[in-house]
Amino acid sequence: MSELETFRRETRAWLEANCPAQMRQPVASESDACWGGRHFKFQSEAQRRWLQIMGERGWTVPAWPKAYGGGGLSKEEAAVLNAEMRALGCRPPLVSFGIWMLGPALLAHGTEEQKLEHLPKIARGEIRWCQGYSEPNAGSDLASLATKAEVHDDHLIINGQKIWTSYADEADWIFCLVRTSTAKKHTGISFILFDMESPGVSTRPIVLISGKSPFCETFFDDVRVPRRNVVGELNAGWTIAKYLLTHEREMIGGIGERSNVKPLGEFAADAVGRDASGRLSEASLRAQIARFEIDEAAFRLLLQASGDRARRGEGNPAMSSALKFYGAELNKRRWELMISAAGADGLEWEGERSNEGTLARTWLRSKGNSIEGGTSEIQLNVVAKRILGLPGV
Amino acid sequence: MALVLNEEQGMLRDSVKAFLSERAPVAHLRKLRDSRDALGFDRQLWRQFADQGYSAILVPEAQGGLGLGAVEAGIIAEALGRTLTPWPFLSTAVLAARTLARAGSPAQQTELLPKIAAADVVIAYAVDEASKHRPAAIAAKAARDGSGWRLDGAKTFVLDGHVADRFIVAARTSDLGLTLLLVDPRAAGVQIERTLMVDAHNAARLRFDGVRIGADAVLGKADAAGAVLDEVLDLGRAVIAAQLLGLADAVFELTLAYLKERRQFDRAIGEFQALQHRAAELYIDIELTRALVLGALQAVDENPAKAALLVAQAKAHACTTADRAVQEGVQMHGGIGMTDEFDIGLYMKRARTLQELLGDAGFHADRVAAMNGY
Ligand SMILES: Cc1cc2nc3c(=O)[nH]c(=O)nc-3n(C[C@H](O)[C@H](O)[C@H](O)COP(=O)(O)OP(=O)(O)OC[C@H]3O[C@@H](n4cnc5c(N)ncnc54)[C@H](O)[C@@H]3O)c2cc1C
Repeated sequence: MSELETFRRETRAWLEANCPAQMRQPVASESDACWGGRHFKFQSEAQRRWLQIMGERGWTVPAWPKAYGGGGLSKEEAAVLNAEMRALGCRPPLVSFGIWMLGPALLAHGTEEQKLEHLPKIARGEIRWCQGYSEPNAGSDLASLATKAEVHDDHLIINGQKIWTSYADEADWIFCLVRTSTAKKHTGISFILFDMESPGVSTRPIVLISGKSPFCETFFDDVRVPRRNVVGELNAGWTIAKYLLTHEREMIGGIGERSNVKPLGEFAADAVGRDASGRLSEASLRAQIARFEIDEAAFRLLLQASGDRARRGEGNPAMSSALKFYGAELNKRRWELMISAAGADGLEWEGERSNEGTLARTWLRSKGNSIEGGTSEIQLNVVAKRILGLPGV
Repeated sequence: MALVLNEEQGMLRDSVKAFLSERAPVAHLRKLRDSRDALGFDRQLWRQFADQGYSAILVPEAQGGLGLGAVEAGIIAEALGRTLTPWPFLSTAVLAARTLARAGSPAQQTELLPKIAAADVVIAYAVDEASKHRPAAIAAKAARDGSGWRLDGAKTFVLDGHVADRFIVAARTSDLGLTLLLVDPRAAGVQIERTLMVDAHNAARLRFDGVRIGADAVLGKADAAGAVLDEVLDLGRAVIAAQLLGLADAVFELTLAYLKERRQFDRAIGEFQALQHRAAELYIDIELTRALVLGALQAVDENPAKAALLVAQAKAHACTTADRAVQEGVQMHGGIGMTDEFDIGLYMKRARTLQELLGDAGFHADRVAAMNGY
């Protein structure tokens, strides 16, 4: 038996023995997941315990080095762990912007000191991060950002405003893009980390069409940040910002593939009913769902193929834009079909029967997939230019 | 298994692509079409192709073949899709070869498989009877007749049927049972009508009126051909999906080059975002098809339990993608795209034929729904 097979068997046995039954139930919504952080309230003892034992093995971030709180697994082993967790329906013990975005950026661009300070706390779910990129006048054209950081000997003073900062009101720290020079657009940006409890930081939640308020306006008023919290060189933050974005795009692109909800066809047939031969009784919905499932199967295999190509050194970094575009659009289609299958029942907004309108709210939330992390139009621009080599601005 | 070609497969892809673009490019198809060639393909060239081993992929080693699998057959088909070469590869080297290898008697195998490998025989597959692919509704009937059979019925869209040395006919032999029969085109009661198709790959309509067939012409067990037929049709569908992928790739290359070269309003038309976004979406669709087709071909070889679903998904997806590629290809070329002189129309015609062949996107989407339980 190959080493990888041995690892698979041991991993499965360990997960079966240690993953609490409650942590094998599907995650119903974003707020159902474990986000960690100083102020996180665990929803159950099982959730707390699952985070603790997985964190001890470094399996919240299986492929990170052990020195930084990771599991030290190879990419192949991490893929095996992932597949086994999927097969048993295990929830991820921890989800966070630290894992998806900041971690990879720090691993690639941070100093040893920065890695040792921040990565283990991400791995153990002790510190929750938010992303301070967008501003009222810097959305798709992110590099036009204006939040200003004045550079002093051993510190910077930050003034300005961010917007659409997801979970800023619940996060402990922020990774933030600030302008440290106005001489040039792209080379005047720095990438900086600071505590959201620093004096001068305030947040104001914004209510979304889903009725929830997972994101905020974030204000900085003379916030003092030590110089050693700048990642990379001063004025060289744009490269890191873009590198982090490729990871954010991969995360958003894979969003539908990570959810362990019931297969769409089954959900719809249960909701709409079946005809005498067992077919979903609405022919047009049935056909649309079949087309969706075909595209979904293709997408799943393309994710896998892109990983395999990248491992062989044949990948194109702009592929993350292609996958982000398609994954986001696919997830929107999934929830359109879900809400359509559910009919009037799916439109209930409050009350126990609808679990406080979970379906309707998730459907509305999915509309943000093609906006957050760079809009679908921006991803197509990237594909056209960086992959297809088409000319233009 | 990694969703990438291994080293040998990569070499096979490069060599067959080079062979075809050199000896049988699209211009070759055009010449056959314009000269109203009686065969519809060039036997000489086809033999040279076989000399490279390309027809022997699915022929077992014991019969002088390479004993390779669906992935390799898909690689050949993908290259044929790029150049639109009208050879009896699918009918003979894929469908017939696999049927004989699975169900043929030793005598049938010894007679025919080496000839398939050498391109010495054309064997056409006769399944469809109506304008749409409905393998569940086969009505051609073979009744017991002494020790042999008597065949009545009609078949349509029989690829390479006009030049076949042998047919493999799927016939109903009982309420539920199907039987595969090897039929000689020269037998009494066989009528063959060549059908010139839109894509210049010829086919035939066949009629069987009381055709007498010996007991030794049955492939496998009488009344029990269903499983073999399902398996062979799925292999064929996966291989056609690969052919559609190659076709979409080639059309996209042509179109992308044109977007960079053609100028209007003092700039390359590829600078217009309306076209950029459509090109980017088409690119992504092609990549999706590529991953799904390889996944399906691998499943045919390694994971039969999952093959049917993946093949249905792959054929449906490849149909949709190739269709989009040729539609966008014609549109983005403007007036030139509508001219017979320009190759893109040939691609559109072949894409349409391959979509119809062994089930279109709707047929396979329906299978996906049924297999997924709704
Ligand atoms: C749910 C959600 C969570 C988010 N979380 C965060 C977060 O945590 N941190 C953070 O910093 N930001 C976050 N964002 C912000 C997000 O990154 C921005 O909304 C996004 O980059 C778009 O910017 P904008 O809203 O200013 O839209 P605009 O840039 O004004 O775009 C408006 C429209 O114009 C189109 N457009 C713009 N430029 C072009 C172009 N060149 N070509 C074609 N079309 C174009 C866009 O595609 C869009 O359709 C979040 C957004 C959402 C919806």
